[in-house]
Amino acid sequence: MSFPWAEQYEPKSPFMKWLDSRLPLPRLVFNAVGPGYPVPRNLNFFYNFGVLAGFALLVQIITGIVLAMHYSAHIDTAFASIEHIMRDVNQGWLIRYLHMNGASFFFIVVYVHIFRGLYYGSYKAPREIVWMLGVVILLLMMATAFMGYVLPWGQMSFWGAQVITSLFSAIPLVGEPIRQWLVGGFAPDNATITRFFSLHYVLPFVILGVVILKVWALHIPGSTNPTGIDVKGPQDTLPFHPYFTAKDFFTLTLYLIAFVAVSFFIPNALGHPDNYIPANPLSTPEHIVPEWYLLPFYAILRAFTVDLLFVPAKLWGVIAMFASILLLLFLPWLDTSRVRSANYRPVYRIFFWLLVVDVLVLGYVGAMPAEEPYVRIGQLATMYYFAHFLIILPIVSAVEKPLPLPNSIAEAVLGKSAAQVAAAPSGGVVAQPAE
Amino acid sequence: MADAQTAQPDIPRRDFLYIATGAFGAVGTAAALWPFINQMNPAANVRALAKTEVDVSAIEEGMAIKTIWQSKPVFVKRLTAAEIAEAEKVDVATLRDKQTVAERMPVKRGWLVNLGVCTHLGCVPLGAGQGEPKGDYGGFFCPCHGSHYDPLGRIRRGPAPLNLEIPPYTFKSDTVIEIG
Ligand code: FES
Repeated sequence: MSFPWAEQYEPKSPFMKWLDSRLPLPRLVFNAVGPGYPVPRNLNFFYNFGVLAGFALLVQIITGIVLAMHYSAHIDTAFASIEHIMRDVNQGWLIRYLHMNGASFFFIVVYVHIFRGLYYGSYKAPREIVWMLGVVILLLMMATAFMGYVLPWGQMSFWGAQVITSLFSAIPLVGEPIRQWLVGGFAPDNATITRFFSLHYVLPFVILGVVILKVWALHIPGSTNPTGIDVKGPQDTLPFHPYFTAKDFFTLTLYLIAFVAVSFFIPNALGHPDNYIPANPLSTPEHIVPEWYLLPFYAILRAFTVDLLFVPAKLWGVIAMFASILLLLFLPWLDTSRVRSANYRPVYRIFFWLLVVDVLVLGYVGAMPAEEPYVRIGQLATMYYFAHFLIILPIVSAVEKPLPLPNSIAEAVLGKSAAQVAAAPSGGVVAQPAE
Repeated sequence: MADAQTAQPDIPRRDFLYIATGAFGAVGTAAALWPFINQMNPAANVRALAKTEVDVSAIEEGMAIKTIWQSKPVFVKRLTAAEIAEAEKVDVATLRDKQTVAERMPVKRGWLVNLGVCTHLGCVPLGAGQGEPKGDYGGFFCPCHGSHYDPLGRIRRGPAPLNLEIPPYTFKSDTVIEIG
């Protein structure tokens, strides 16, 4: 993997030599996250969120395995077993709050990570597959988080399950059989909670597998960097260890402080109080909302209120919601600009921030009741979301005149004067699409 | 086949073996997969909960009760004469899901039996219980995404595509309804 000037692994002790010729695991680690992996020297703190996301996944797996030792997946006992964890199990309250808030923190770092990729053009060639695997991870995370939210079998659990599984009934003809197949009955019931528990347990390990594929794919071209230009030589990189491991430990410390502060002092701030009411299949809560991290997509789902082109409003909503995520798979081909980083794309940069605002508006609307003016605002924000990817992005890529790019990463870091010494050949490479 | 084999002794024979083995394997894999998929469908005990009886003797005009059939909520509602008269005036052609008053009450005029499952995404609409909001059309209101139904359970506004579903039911006597 990686660049020719990467440090080579040299086993020193006889034991390590013996091991290296039989199971070269230390070599793999050395080349993946050790001195053998050269990384652009100009990465900023936004590049630390991938490692944070990996850490968040591990926290979820460890706390989850422990919770599964005390949880009971049955409609009659699930709710009580959660209270048992909260009140009786030694430190159970702590572990559950870490798991609950760990999910939120996982999504926070993943969303920052995604927007970092959007800003710096990380999805562009040759990293399309890295990006697409990320979209797959996002989908798996959403499915896992949704099923986990159902397990306490509170009011929001039950009605969340009802609403989300009913999405599938919008599919013509086979929709209703598919819905019954998913929940194992005519409505969410015991069959639903047991299968969701099984899947909620296994999917994080599937995510872990995709993460490994993603890191593998990333290590072939190496990381992008804030300038978006390619690494040209050893002066542009630093070994991952110790430089970036140290930096990652620093942000990990900040992350842990924020994570435990929320888990200790406001553990329920990100959840919904109705989920502390046991599920009641006969009464829908006044106002159903999913967990905060799904709100923008929920707003898109609700944005369609009239039938269009013989397709019922309900099906439109479902199609749009899934399309809003699947669209991201095509992003590397929708954005045709050769310049990666928004730092050198003045027009794209404006639209990037508009997209950020648009997603925040969608999230806000998703949390509000389905009334005016929220319905109208949600419809406009949904339109803009799709317009951004399908109309604005291709046009901007075609007409935008990017700013001049630095000659090299070293120049961007060390300044022009030092760089002119280092990078001898002709200066002023202007970012023009190659002919 | 035999001709082809004699003409070109080896290749087609191998091709045939490859294809036959592959096809056999594919069918076998699919057959082995089926139980793992089908186990997720409703189990026999769930399917068996097919019928429910409801005593409706206590329901007065303008009142409704909620009951459960196949683990889904059902509303049994007795309409007032005024509500029926009002509903008769609505032009059926203007409705999203065009059903007449008679079609909504197929068994006995004045008695509406429909599922309390919003046809949008399955919430329980409000309006059957005492003091619940009835929506802009005086029937049912689904709080989840704002679907408004009229007193006959017909969708009038909001994202739901269809009227509230009417389950199969009969009056076993004047006071007992059997659903299913
Ligand atoms: S479930 Fe009733 S409006 Fe969506």
